[in-house]
Amino acid sequence: MTISIPPTSKQPQESIQPRGWLRYFSFSLDHKVIGLQYLVCGFIFYLVGGALAGAIRIELASPISDFMPRDVYNQVLTLHGTIMIFLWIVPVVNGAFGNYLIPFYVGARDMAFPRLNAVAFWLIPPAGLMLISSYFITGSAQSGWTAYPPLSISTPAAGQIIWILSVLLLGGSSIFGGINFIATILKLRRPGLLLMQLPMYCWAMLGTSILVVLSTPVLAGTLILLSFDIVAHTGFFNPVLGGNVIVYQHLFWFYSHPAVYIMVLPAFGLVSEILPVHCRKPLFGYVTMVYSIMAIVGLGLVVWAHHMFTSGTPPWMRLFFTIATSFIAVPTGIKFFNWVATLWGGRISLNSAVLFSCGFIVNFVLGGITGVALAQVPFDVHVHDTYFVVAHFHYIVYGGSVFVIFSSVYHWYPKFTGRMLNENLGRFHFFLTFVGFNLCFAPQHWLGLNGMPRRVAEYDPQFTFVNQLSSVGALLMALSTLPFLFNIINSILRGKVSGDNPWNALTPEWLTSSPPPVENWLGDPPLVTEPYGYGITKEPNVEDLTEGDNTGASTK
Amino acid sequence: MRFPLPNPSAIFTLLLCIGLAIAGIWVGDNVNLLPIDASTNAPVYDELFRVLFIIGIILFVGIVGLVVYSLVRFRRRPGELGDGIFIEGNLPLEILWTAVPAIVVLFVGIYSYDIYDRMGGMQPLQFNGHDHHLMVSEERIFGGIGTGAVEASMDQLNAPLPIEVTAMQFAFLFHYPKGDILSGELHVPTGQPVMMRMESKDVIHAFWVPEFRLKQDIIPGQPTILNFTPTKPGRYPIICAELCGPYHGGMRSTVVVEDPDQFQEWFGKNAKETSLEA
Repeated sequence: MTISIPPTSKQPQESIQPRGWLRYFSFSLDHKVIGLQYLVCGFIFYLVGGALAGAIRIELASPISDFMPRDVYNQVLTLHGTIMIFLWIVPVVNGAFGNYLIPFYVGARDMAFPRLNAVAFWLIPPAGLMLISSYFITGSAQSGWTAYPPLSISTPAAGQIIWILSVLLLGGSSIFGGINFIATILKLRRPGLLLMQLPMYCWAMLGTSILVVLSTPVLAGTLILLSFDIVAHTGFFNPVLGGNVIVYQHLFWFYSHPAVYIMVLPAFGLVSEILPVHCRKPLFGYVTMVYSIMAIVGLGLVVWAHHMFTSGTPPWMRLFFTIATSFIAVPTGIKFFNWVATLWGGRISLNSAVLFSCGFIVNFVLGGITGVALAQVPFDVHVHDTYFVVAHFHYIVYGGSVFVIFSSVYHWYPKFTGRMLNENLGRFHFFLTFVGFNLCFAPQHWLGLNGMPRRVAEYDPQFTFVNQLSSVGALLMALSTLPFLFNIINSILRGKVSGDNPWNALTPEWLTSSPPPVENWLGDPPLVTEPYGYGITKEPNVEDLTEGDNTGASTK
Repeated sequence: MRFPLPNPSAIFTLLLCIGLAIAGIWVGDNVNLLPIDASTNAPVYDELFRVLFIIGIILFVGIVGLVVYSLVRFRRRPGELGDGIFIEGNLPLEILWTAVPAIVVLFVGIYSYDIYDRMGGMQPLQFNGHDHHLMVSEERIFGGIGTGAVEASMDQLNAPLPIEVTAMQFAFLFHYPKGDILSGELHVPTGQPVMMRMESKDVIHAFWVPEFRLKQDIIPGQPTILNFTPTKPGRYPIICAELCGPYHGGMRSTVVVEDPDQFQEWFGKNAKETSLEA
């Protein structure tokens, strides 16, 4: 007996999918819809996390605990950290841009597992709402985003358990996404497209997804054991019952240090896409970029104990993790020098996307330098758990990843909507963010060096002025979202129509209409083997450069 | 392939680099971001800080300078069309900026190992509290820093001063086994090594004195050791640096560093008479 599949068998499934704006609220299987769902959802959580950060900075504008009760302050800082990491940066740099861009980059019509993809997204809103609502029901977790036992065992259990459940859901979402990206990049490439011809963001996502798949399950297991300690009174991490609190820290940081790379590697990838387009130059050193991503992935798995230098780690462990951590600076440094070399000799449009990308380079270099310093045990024993560390990681995740998210929104907004953003508002947004960010976090280095520990609601009055400076910076950062929000909404309604490829970019997502059709291309996917081939066809338009001999640069 | 040089010639670039290095060293030597140093390992720490600060400033200003220079010089002028130069890479350059950071990192690593060793980090931990000889061998004792000074002065008249620290939500308690003194403030004499054995009653705390440049977590179920030698008289804050609950920010105490005479006076006034002989 033969079964014949009628050629229209795909039709009914497509008709289930709603069209128009409604599809963004549906269980859509379209990777582009899912990508934008991640982005908008993440941004809403960013506003919540930002409001919490504002509450922290208001509390810290005075040296006494006067704005909110102390236990609420601890809940606020726990929620702020958890939301910003698990609901904003990780889902957006991975889920949002990964889902939107990776199928284009590999020449596919969708992700490898569209349903898994939709499930991965739809785990996020309930997990986020659960986490936030715990504040209103029982009071949320108050042991910091690190949830170190025994504090996390002895604080009110309900909030901590809800925190664990939502982080488990978010971790699950992240693992699903990671598996999907690996499968898509390795198996769904258009025939003829080699791995070493992929845009750099694919490599970044491949590396990130390997980290996600290797390390996130460890966090999940750890949190399950922690929840047993809380609800079933087991003694894995409870010293009263013979448990070991340091084991938790090892397991936690085995995920949570790679989590930093899960937040910044995709950002590295996105910058590598944005700069060549607006500099009209190939990405400098493609091959070394790929190797350095993979080196960061490998090293990133063996550096976790640098978060535990004061936890009573033996000298050999302190030394090993110092050296491993320091060496991450080498592949990271290569990437930064390569970006600077990409700028060199370009025709750089100083638009919002480039400004945010360059802001990222500046901020991240500072964060990286303080990172190498923090990796040195003798340095760390003074500043560990102080505002120096707070400043350092905000330079990495805000100055790094969030700047890149903004840069990416300015770069891909025409692709998402078919309309241009207002560039003047965008530049205004950049300057407000950049000044506010540096005003907020640069002084915190000094605070940490001079004796202000992190996660405190009250502090020595000698630090009042510098904290107020920092709070003013936070206010500027909060204000900076207003022009951005206005720009986004205004441009959807009446922005200039962008055309399909406003930047004249060569990467494959621009070689279709903007916004793209449901299956990405009307015909076959194009074979793009030189995604950064800017300047190959020489235009006789070099006289504007002050030196004529630049034309002698090699031309293929 | 020739890498297009910028308009300022190679010599000018070299001079710029040297100028940057000198400026970095000047800033590192003249800008002080740290509180006063009040223990033997604080000056050692400050030395490391200065070196890292100088390297950091040179790298940061250098890279930011390159970015800003590129943005200004290679910006697209109005009406300008066309692409930049087609350069996909430059192997010698890429080897250079792999090797230079590797050497810098290697130097920093070796140097900080040396600093760590000078702070006494590589020596085995010990605690010579008089009624704790047995306990030490039975328990798992976890790391601290700063035993080096202790070793050196073992034979001196002023033997190391053992102190037992108990941390709890939200206070530190200091017990002097020699005089059986229980104090909420830590009193220590200048020039005498102090050996602290720290234990927590509930959650993880941390003992931090910024002026000593020392921090060690106090972990429930696992005693930790921290040794230091104070050098400058004064009152310095003891700060809990590990989130320990709602009043974490208020969990502070004071370390009073006194001249040996003053310390003896305080000690004699507070010591329990029965244990003075010990």
